[in-house]
Amino acid sequence: MKPFPGAQFVVLIVFAVAVLATVTGALLAVVSTRIIRSVCGLALCCCGLAGLYYFLQSPFLSLMEILIYVGAICVTIVFAVMLAEPDEAPPHEKTALVAWWGGSALLGSLAAFAGISYLGLNHTWTVLTPRIGQGTVKDLGIALLTSYSLAFELISLVLLISVLGALVVARQGRSRS
Amino acid sequence: MEPTFQKPQMFLVLAAFLFATGLFGLLRRRTFIGMLIAGELIFSAASLNFMTMNRFFVSDPAIGQVFVLFIMGLAAAEVAIALSIIIAVYRNYRSINSRDLAELKG
Repeated sequence: MKPFPGAQFVVLIVFAVAVLATVTGALLAVVSTRIIRSVCGLALCCCGLAGLYYFLQSPFLSLMEILIYVGAICVTIVFAVMLAEPDEAPPHEKTALVAWWGGSALLGSLAAFAGISYLGLNHTWTVLTPRIGQGTVKDLGIALLTSYSLAFELISLVLLISVLGALVVARQGRSRS
Repeated sequence: MEPTFQKPQMFLVLAAFLFATGLFGLLRRRTFIGMLIAGELIFSAASLNFMTMNRFFVSDPAIGQVFVLFIMGLAAAEVAIALSIIIAVYRNYRSINSRDLAELKG
C-alpha cells in the first residue's frame, strides 16, 4: 500500500506545531504579568509536551500529560488564582534594582540553557543493546505491578498524605477570617 | 536522511530550554503562584529528558515511562500541598508576594 502523498511533511508540520506550542507556552508562562495568562501558557506548554511524548513513542504518557497537567494541575492553580489575589503589584523598590535582578536572572538562565545544550549535543551517547520490550502499555503495566510495585504503592501513599495535608493546612485559620 | 523527531538532539535542546525558562521564572517572579508555575516547567524539563533517554538510548523503554509517571504523581502532590500553603498564607497576610512574608527575617 502506498502511503498518503506528502505524509512525511504532514508529520513534520505536526511535530513543528508541538515544538512551537511547547516553546511559546513556556515563554508565556514565564514572562506574562497576569498570572492567569501564565497558567494558560503552562497549559499550552503541556499540550505541546504531550505531542512531543507522542513523537517519543509513548502515547499513554501523552494522554497522562494532558490528563494530569492540563486537567488537574492547571485547574487547581486556577482555583488558587480565584481564592487568592495573585497579580504582581508594581514593584515598589528602585527600578534599577529590579532591572539588575531581571538581567542577572536572564543571564543565569541563558547560561544554564547554553551549558546543558552544549553538554547534550556534544556528548557521545551510547545506545544500549539489545532492546528488550517495546514500551507498550502492556509492558508499562507489567513493569508497574512487578519491578516497581513498591514505588507504585509508595506514590499512592504520598498522594493520600498530600491530600490530607492540603485539607489540614487549608482548613486552619478558617474560623479566624 | 532521518527526520528531526527520530534524533535526540532536538528533544535535548528543548528540555534545556524548558529548564532555562523555569529557572528564569523562578528567579524573576515575585508571587508564589508564579514561582510554582516555573517549578512545574522545571519538572516538565526533567520529564522530557527522561523520555528522550528512554526513547533513544535505553534497552527497556518501559522504565523511563514509569519514571515519568512517578514524576507526574509527585508534581500533582506538590501542587496540592503548595496551593494549600499559599491559600493559608493569603488568609493570614492578605498577600502572596514573596517580599511581604519577611516576619522571620532578622
